[in-house]
Parts: sequence; structure tokens; C-alpha cells
Amino acid sequence: MIDGQVRLKQELIRFQSIIALLLMVVAMSFLSDNFLTTANGWNILRQISVNLCLSIGMTLVILTGGIDLSVGAVLAISGAFAAGLLKNGIAFSEADLLIQFSVSGAILAGLLMGLFLGWFNGLMITRFRIPPFVATLGMFSIARGLTMLWTKGFPITGLGETFAIIGTGNYLGIPMPVWISAALVTVFVVVTRKTRFGRYVYALGGSERASLLSGLNVDRIKVAVYTICGGLSAVGGLLVTSRLDSAQPNAGLGYELDSIAAVVIGGTSLSGGRGSILGTLLGCLIIGVLNNGLILLDVSPFWQQVVKGLVILTAVAIDKMSKKLQ
Amino acid sequence: MSTVDTPRTILEAQAMSKSFPGVQALDNVDFRIYEGQLNALVGENGAGKTTLMNILSGVFPPDSGRILLRGNEVVFNRPKEAQEAGISVIFQELNLLPNLSVAENIFLGREPLTRLGLIDYAQMEERSRSLLERLKCPVNPRSLVSNLRIGQQQVVEIAKALSFDSRVIIMDEPTSAITESETSVLFDLIDSLKSEGVAIVYITHKLEELERIGDWLTVLRDGCWVGSGRQTDYDRDSIVRMMVGRKMNQDLSTESRRRITVGEELFKAENISVEQVNRPGHYLVKKVSFSVDRGEVLGIFGLMGAGRTALLEALFGLRNEFSRGNTFLEGRRVNINSPGEAIRAGIAFAPEDRKEEGLVLKMTVAENTSLASLKESERFFVLDSSLERDQVQGFIDRLRIKTPSLSTPVLNLSGGNQQKVILAKWLATSPKLLMLDEPTRGIDIGAKQEIYSLIEELTGAGLAVLMASSELPEIMRLSDRIIVMAEGRKTAEFSREEADTESIMKAALHFRAAV
Repeated sequence: MIDGQVRLKQELIRFQSIIALLLMVVAMSFLSDNFLTTANGWNILRQISVNLCLSIGMTLVILTGGIDLSVGAVLAISGAFAAGLLKNGIAFSEADLLIQFSVSGAILAGLLMGLFLGWFNGLMITRFRIPPFVATLGMFSIARGLTMLWTKGFPITGLGETFAIIGTGNYLGIPMPVWISAALVTVFVVVTRKTRFGRYVYALGGSERASLLSGLNVDRIKVAVYTICGGLSAVGGLLVTSRLDSAQPNAGLGYELDSIAAVVIGGTSLSGGRGSILGTLLGCLIIGVLNNGLILLDVSPFWQQVVKGLVILTAVAIDKMSKKLQ
Repeated sequence: MSTVDTPRTILEAQAMSKSFPGVQALDNVDFRIYEGQLNALVGENGAGKTTLMNILSGVFPPDSGRILLRGNEVVFNRPKEAQEAGISVIFQELNLLPNLSVAENIFLGREPLTRLGLIDYAQMEERSRSLLERLKCPVNPRSLVSNLRIGQQQVVEIAKALSFDSRVIIMDEPTSAITESETSVLFDLIDSLKSEGVAIVYITHKLEELERIGDWLTVLRDGCWVGSGRQTDYDRDSIVRMMVGRKMNQDLSTESRRRITVGEELFKAENISVEQVNRPGHYLVKKVSFSVDRGEVLGIFGLMGAGRTALLEALFGLRNEFSRGNTFLEGRRVNINSPGEAIRAGIAFAPEDRKEEGLVLKMTVAENTSLASLKESERFFVLDSSLERDQVQGFIDRLRIKTPSLSTPVLNLSGGNQQKVILAKWLATSPKLLMLDEPTRGIDIGAKQEIYSLIEELTGAGLAVLMASSELPEIMRLSDRIIVMAEGRKTAEFSREEADTESIMKAALHFRAAV
């Protein structure tokens, strides 16, 4: 009986976000004729795809009880790295050698860059016991700086049509970024719910000490989580760069906040151990609909930020209140 | 310095009772505190000393009973009220803020102010200095508490108590963390406080200290008053007898014992030492050796701070850099550097703190049960939930765990059932050696019995059990052999036949002559 009640409440918490999303959709449909159209629907899904990539990684990190403030900066350096390699290759002037990169080679290099920086975060956090907030704040600065060094402060543009496919292409009438983010959501829903690793992530966030005493390799799990988060940030970076056909030196500025917001609105507890990828998907959708709606209504971008902040506060306040009711 | 007749009573507890869910912590206890005297309170762990201390200092109210201060009834709703009435406690874990100065700590929350409303540091430091001088402690009031030795920190706590004009100072095992020279300084200090008329309540396990400084003695056992009187009227043996009581030997004889067969040796530990994490050269465990046979329960008895937990943690690979010694499993040398390695070798460990260390409270019964053996439920890198549920259900049936369902949060279970979930988690790893640290702490009597019979069942099936406990009846009931630890050392070993409560307690109190 107790079990049933707890379940029901858990479901209600999940429904809170769905109800909020539906209310927003209904409200927007009345306020703007352009909102409830197929084209705008795909538009929203495409717009949230980058945030979704970051937020999936962020969800894993937050589930372990950590935080990653470097996702936006890692996105920027990974995108710029891939773009630079594709456009210019690497020149070794002494050896009179120029290594050119194919599209897939450049993409791979961008992904590796993200994975490496994420791994580095994990190393700092586990080996040197630096709190995640500080370790990833350091990485934020490092990756931002590296992006400026690599791009020399100028956008890298003209990346060719093949590279543009991942950001702008369509398959079966559905935009490529939507395919990619949908695939990632599917994979990580399975990872979190159906694999040993996923279970360990929740256990670690629930109680690090109990996880350690149950024989879990706590440090390895943490490193894996931050590495994955870095890799997913790189996917976001490639999508952004491809979509704009340009690697901007300050791409992804402030994206870490959007992704933390999506995770929190999606009901994942910042203290770790509780939350879900599907919740984060909802969180991304809510933020996406909000951004899209406010633009359609011609609300000033400054007000958009204010509204977004209020939505985050409301979501978390409701979450806390419903937990208290339990 | 024996006074003529009985000295004046300053504080008195009359007919104190207090119960917590599942435990009667205090049952109709009387305790009298005399002015200018050292009033010792002794008893085993769980005898009710801490509860009594908490009531007298206003941490929580009693269920029934009265507190009389100089003959007038008083009620303390919070610690501050007791403090203002002149009753201070010096806890075992000192309550100072390490990054503040000595003076700031002494006057925390009631700093003297200047006319502008700023903190009057000059006055605060001057008053601190005179307090510390009175205590003959030459510490600069400006130095940070974190730079002081433990003994000096204790004096700062006493200075803080005096700054409240305390007439009663309760000290909870004050000598457990300090060196011998610091101890003699503390004793001198206690003497001078007594001559100023301050009443000291002294809680300790070290009976030899009482011979030096004690005036009055009260013994508690299982929440009940057993006796009190002048220190000089008791010797150590009679105190120990009062602490353990006669009833436990009765328990032992009435209870049905399983057969005692000696199996082959399964696990051996040689010269295990564990160093304190931030105090190199200080040992929590010093050169402890023992062995456990298949199907045997080896009990490790020791009072608070004897090093039981540190020993088990070291064997489980949790104190790598700080532990030394050799371990052998089934005759082969094993080197265990992490809990994962311990589990693979066939060692399981149910820690003392169930909620923080044993369980992930946010997870369900099933998730907690399978946590250490999840690999078994895996097929091609994906968890097979029906396989997992079947396995978990098997253990839930076998251990008779009462839970509404497998997906109930483990948080909602009773303490006894939570402990069974932890045991189920370990049985799922098919261990050879099961280490239990205080397996029934905070569990009600019915569930205790169930856990006991479970342990007997498991050893019957050949499992070796290493059980650390501070509850003597528990040790006596389950163990085939008993080793006793005191201050990190093994002080005695008894076979089941030899073991009697008094000699075990003596070894735990570390009477050098008796060992």
C-alpha cells in the first residue's frame, strides 16, 4: 500500500513536467498562429538537439552527485578543433608536412577532443580529489582559452557540403540533428535503466560510501561519467558547427546553464541518485518551447532570460514542495 | 580530600525514564551529583549513560522523571537553557570550530560588543586570557583552535564551560583521545575545579582513572540503575560485576546452542596494524592476529574506541595506505587493496552504520540486494530484470525479509529488515567469510533473534563469521571463540567454554594484571 502511494507520487512528479509542457503548448497555440505547425514542431526539436546532447551528459554527471560547468566550453573547442582540422589540416613546417583531414577524420578528432577533456575532468576529480564544481570550472577556462588560441579569435568558416549534412541535412523528412539526439536519448535511456553501469551511477549518487563498500570502483565510474559528458559535449559542438557552417570562437557560451536548467526542470536531484534521461528530455522540451514561443510572440530576448529563470525556480520549488508532502 | 558527612547535592535526576523506538534507554534511574566532587558514571555501551547526559544537558526531555537543581525542579527544553542554569557538557568529539580563534570559540554566540555594535575583541581576549590562566593553560586567545593539540582544545572547552559560570561540568570520556601527560594535566585541572566547588560528572570506561580521581560512583546497566556510592567502597572487580550483572550468564545457559564443530581454518590474519589517518605513529589497531574456521563465529569484543571497526575495515581493503599485516584465505596469502578485491576473494562486510554505509537509501530493496552481485544478472551488457528479480526474490524468501514489494524504497523498511537486505546483498556474492560490525545495533529484540538464528543457519552451512560487537550478551550468545580488544590491541582470547562475562569485561577494560 505504501509502495503504491510512493509510486503514484513519483508518477505525479514526472507528470508535473508533462502537464507544464502541455499547458505551455496549449497557451502558445492560442497566442500565436505560427506555433502549432509541423514546421515549427521540427524547428523546436532541431533547436533543442544541441542542448539535449549536453543535458544527457549533464544528467549522468548530476546523477552521481557532481556537476559539469565545462560543457559549453568543451562544445566550443571540439567544434572548432574539428572545423580547423577539416579546413586547414595540421602543418608541420619544419618537416614540410601537411596532414589533411577527411570529414569523418575531423569529426572523429572533434569527438576525441571532447572525450579527452571530459576524461581530464574525471582525473582531476578522482585523483586529486578536486570538487567537481572547481575542477570543471577550471576546464571551462582552459577550453575557452584553447578555443581562442586555436581559432585566433576568428570564426572558421567554409567547411564544405559533406560536413554540413550532420547539422542541416534531412533523412526521411526529419532533420539530422533530431535523428542524432533521438538516437542518443534512446541509447542513454537504455544505459541508465538497463545496464550495470547505469545502476552504479545511481548507486554512487545515492551513497558514495555504500557504493564503495559494495565493491564498486567508484573512481572509475566517475571518470567514465565525465568522459561521456565530454564526448556528448563534442557531439553538440559538431552539430552547432555544421549547422552554421562555421566554428565560432565563443560558441556555446552559457550553454552549461541551459543544460543544468533542463536537467533540474526534468526532476533530477542536484544531490544525486535520483532522476532520469526522459525527465531531462522533458526539461529540454520545456525550455525549447519556451524559447520558441517567446520568439514567436516577439518578446525581447532580455525578457526571455528572465522568464527562463523564473521557470527554473518554479520547477524546483514545486519539486521541493512535493517531496516535503511525501 | 574526603569531606565530613555527605556533601551537598547540586543536581539530581529522579526516576528518569526515556525510551526510543524499540529500546528502553533509561528505566527509572536516579542519579545524584554532589558539589565539589567527581561523580563518575560507568556502564557498558548502551547502558544509558549518554541518554542520561543528554537529558541533564537539555538535548531532549525525559519521558518521565524530574530534574532538581539545588532542590528545585527545573525543566530544560534545549541545551541553551541547561547551559544558562550552569550545566555544561564536554563531548567526546569536541564541539569547537577549528577555523576560529580560542577567544572566538569561548564566546561564540554571545560575543561582548563595543558601543558601535562591533565585536569587542579586546574585552573578549582579556576575559579568555583570565579564564585560561585560571585553568593554568598558557594558550594565546588569538590562536586558531585548529593549531592546538587535542588536550589543549579540551581545556578551551572547559574554559567555555566556566565562562557560563557552570557549576556542573559533564565530561564524556575526556581521556579517550589525549596522551598520558595531557591526562595528568586534566586530572590536576579537575582537582582544582572541585576545590572551587564545581561538580564534575565523569563518564569513562577506564576504571583505573576513577581510583585516582573518583569520589562518587553510579553504575548503570541496560538503562537501569544498579548501584551508587563512594568510590572507595568499590574495587574494580565489584564494579565489573555490577556492569555485566548476573543475568547474562543465565541467558547463556537457557539459550539453545548449536553444535560446535571445528572446521578447517578458513581465514587467518597476522599482525594487523592500522595507523590513524592524520596522526602518523598513532595506531587504531596494533599487531592483532587471529584465525577463523569454516562454520565458526569468531566474536570480537571491545568497548568504544577499541579498534574493532578499523580492524574489519582494514581486512576489507578500506584502509590501504594505513594498514599492515598479512592475511591468508584457505591457506593462501591474499593481498586485499579494495572492497572489490575483497568481494572477489570471498569476503563480505556488513558495516556498523547501515544507513550511511550499508545501504543506498534512495534505491529500492531489489536494487540494494543486487548491488554487489549485479554482474550475475547481466546478459550481453544489458541487465535482465526478470533474472535479477528472481535472484533477489530468492534471498528475500530465504532471509524472510518483510517488504511490501521488491521495488519498495529500502528507506521504508524497519531496521531489522534493512539489516537483512544488507545480509542478502552479501549472500548474493557467495562469500566464504562474512564480517559483521555491530550486526544488531538499533534493532528491536524480535528482529535481533531472527538475525541471530540467521547467522547460526549460515555458519551451519559452512560460512565463517567474524563478528565485532560491543554488546556482551550478543558476543556470548553467538561466538564459538572470542577475542577481546582494548585500545587497539588484542588483550585476550577465550574459547566458548572458558568465556565468562567478567573476565571478558576485564580484558576489554584492559586490566594489565588480569590478562
